[in-house]
Amino acid sequence: MKKYSDLEYLQLSKGKRFLYKLASFFLAIPTFFKNLGLGIGRFFKNLVLSIGREFADIFSTFKNGDWKTKVSYLVMGFGCLARGQILRGLLFLAFEVIFIVYMITTGGYWLGMLPSLGKIGPHEEYSVVHDAYTTVYGDNSFKILLYGVLTLFFIVAFIYTWRANVKQNKIAEQILKSGKKLRSGKDDLRSMVDDNFHKTLLALPLTGILLFTVMPIVFMILVAFTNYDGAHDGFNNALFQWVGLDNFRTMLSWSGSGVNYSATFGEILSWTLIWAFFATFTNYFLGMFVAMMINKKGIHLKKVWRTVLVMTIAIPQFISLLYVSKMFSLNGIINGLLIDLKLISPSNAIDFLGNNAHSGLLPRIMVIIINIWIGIPYLMLIATGILMNIPADLYESSKIDGASGWKQFTKITLPYMLFITGPYLLTSFTSNMNNFNVIYLLTGGAPTNAAASGAAGSVGYTDLLITWLFKITTGAESKYYLASVVGILVFIVVAVISLIVYNVLPSVKNEEDFQ
Amino acid sequence: MKNETAPAGSLKRHMGLKASNTISNTIIYILLVIMSIVWLIPFICIVLQSFRVESTWQVGYVIPKQWGWKNYIDLWHTDFKKWYLNTLIIALVTAVIQTVIVLCMSYTLSRFRFKLRKPLMQFMLILGMFPGMLTMIILYRVLKDLGLTQANAVPGLILVYVASSGMGYYVSKGFFDTIPKSLDEAARVDGATRAQVLYKIILPLAKPIVIYTILTAFMAPWGDFVFARYISFGTSAGMNVAVGMYNWLNLDQIGQCYTRFCAGGVIVAIPVTILFMCLQKYYVEGVTGGAVKG
Repeated sequence: MKKYSDLEYLQLSKGKRFLYKLASFFLAIPTFFKNLGLGIGRFFKNLVLSIGREFADIFSTFKNGDWKTKVSYLVMGFGCLARGQILRGLLFLAFEVIFIVYMITTGGYWLGMLPSLGKIGPHEEYSVVHDAYTTVYGDNSFKILLYGVLTLFFIVAFIYTWRANVKQNKIAEQILKSGKKLRSGKDDLRSMVDDNFHKTLLALPLTGILLFTVMPIVFMILVAFTNYDGAHDGFNNALFQWVGLDNFRTMLSWSGSGVNYSATFGEILSWTLIWAFFATFTNYFLGMFVAMMINKKGIHLKKVWRTVLVMTIAIPQFISLLYVSKMFSLNGIINGLLIDLKLISPSNAIDFLGNNAHSGLLPRIMVIIINIWIGIPYLMLIATGILMNIPADLYESSKIDGASGWKQFTKITLPYMLFITGPYLLTSFTSNMNNFNVIYLLTGGAPTNAAASGAAGSVGYTDLLITWLFKITTGAESKYYLASVVGILVFIVVAVISLIVYNVLPSVKNEEDFQ
Repeated sequence: MKNETAPAGSLKRHMGLKASNTISNTIIYILLVIMSIVWLIPFICIVLQSFRVESTWQVGYVIPKQWGWKNYIDLWHTDFKKWYLNTLIIALVTAVIQTVIVLCMSYTLSRFRFKLRKPLMQFMLILGMFPGMLTMIILYRVLKDLGLTQANAVPGLILVYVASSGMGYYVSKGFFDTIPKSLDEAARVDGATRAQVLYKIILPLAKPIVIYTILTAFMAPWGDFVFARYISFGTSAGMNVAVGMYNWLNLDQIGQCYTRFCAGGVIVAIPVTILFMCLQKYYVEGVTGGAVKG
């Protein structure tokens, strides 16, 4: 495609400009993937190079170091202790002792079992005491996987600390050679609230994230490669094993045995995307519209209108959502009202959230509408804040130039809003994809999608991937491995969308930077 | 002649503008009134139905035929007290600890420039793309091994809420970014340590964001449903209000518990709403700032 210069671009007609932008957007996607590939390649190249550098440094430190440094390679912290840095030395040493003791007592067992996830399952054994066969429990696959992963984390931490210990020696030697004094333990403690204050501050949050977010995610990713489910819970009924890519094959191949998971997945994914699109943009534009109405000059009681909307944020969602879902149920208030108004007869009350017709079209529209009810107050708040920041003289001068209200909106308000809230739109799109509460509390995924219900958990027309994941987990068979696969696929979808939007959009957007 | 018509014409146009302005304002008022009604109706209905005495199930009308406190008294005789207390404890403890963690995280990422800062932020961005629900299975098993599920779900839930709260640093980091760095530097020149800078200079300035963080951390547990349900696992003593009251609307219970649910909803909503309305200013600031900075 021909690339226009700015001047040529400005000469194009409106339709052509739009087509040009559209084309350049899509043309940017291959380049984006190429750059992504190159970036990943560069990352690994740098990784290999830096590991090589580390090794070289470790060897040269050993070769050039004095005997204190050399002993430190085996006994961590020895160099520090020998040079008078007692606190550091003791910490290094303590860490090494703990590591070795842990590895000998339990770590070795977990690590050794990790490749097989347990050898002896629960089995019947003759017990002399009871004079009968009783169940004897063997290994616990779940614990093996969990502690195996933790042990791997621990080993990585140990290698890192060991490397730091070697580095310490090198630095200490250099400092001593130049005739300066080493830092004492007191200095170290002092630096924890000063130069190294960031480490102190981050210690607690990062430990929490590591143990309660990173570790579970690593674990669940690994579960996707096992057959962990209700019938193989790893301890009580049977061990679970590594199955390689089987689960991904089941999920993505078109000819599953009996149930066609890929069709179900595709169906739910497409509804998830449709839902996220509408949930995001209806809220966005309507919220902006409401904010503009309230902000309009000459409208009184601004505070009252805003307060009414904001109040609905305060009320916990489970109350409002559950209540609204009951309002729209078969014998709910809305149907009662319609019957009282003689609009419908009592015998054919409308099942707003459970109507099966047209692949659940009515419930699908209803959840989007109710989501507008939930979402507008937030968007109103956000939009109000931004609208107030738009310089008033822009409107004044455009008015003098004879711009209509609509023109002001499309030429000033909208570009400004879109420019500022671009990242917010993306995050709200992805969080809508994972909007569990709205769907689960309103419909619980209903109405049932008969065609797809063979797949684990009963699948409904309003089910998002995230509610499907929940249903798989809590369903009768508890196919945890399948839930993991779905989770990973959700991650991939979200990541790809975010990456593309982040990297491709700005190149288009920069052209229309708000001036 | 020409000189006379010109002002008359512009006056006419002016009048026309004014008229159209009045019309559009009227339309806006009508829309706003309708909107307010739509937004408030569910809540008005909840309050009205919580006072309904003549029946406990769903009915097609709103205004009770017989008023009374029966539903609230019924509430007192269920496990609702326990759930309420659980939720309150969770909310209070979470609010305190989570605020400390979020502030540590966001302040550090806003103010310090260390080697792993960028990779750390990117890593957390990627972590955030995994559906949180995925981790539920393993966290449940781990908490179960620690004895923190079912009847002991309260400490378990607090642990889970608090532990990953460092991920939600975006809004307050954005706020810290707006506090000029020259303040820190001036204090550092005067000999303050980094810690003193935080306690003596930044925290007093960061009052709005501290209140915003406390408020959101306090409000979240009242609505958390999924995780609380998974961890309490059918044991009434460990439920929070959301889980406990959800069961009242199940098909087998809704006949007796519908109005009770409404009464419970009112009791839950009142303190949270009052608190929220008092601190609304800070909430608005936080939400607006958060969206603008992404």
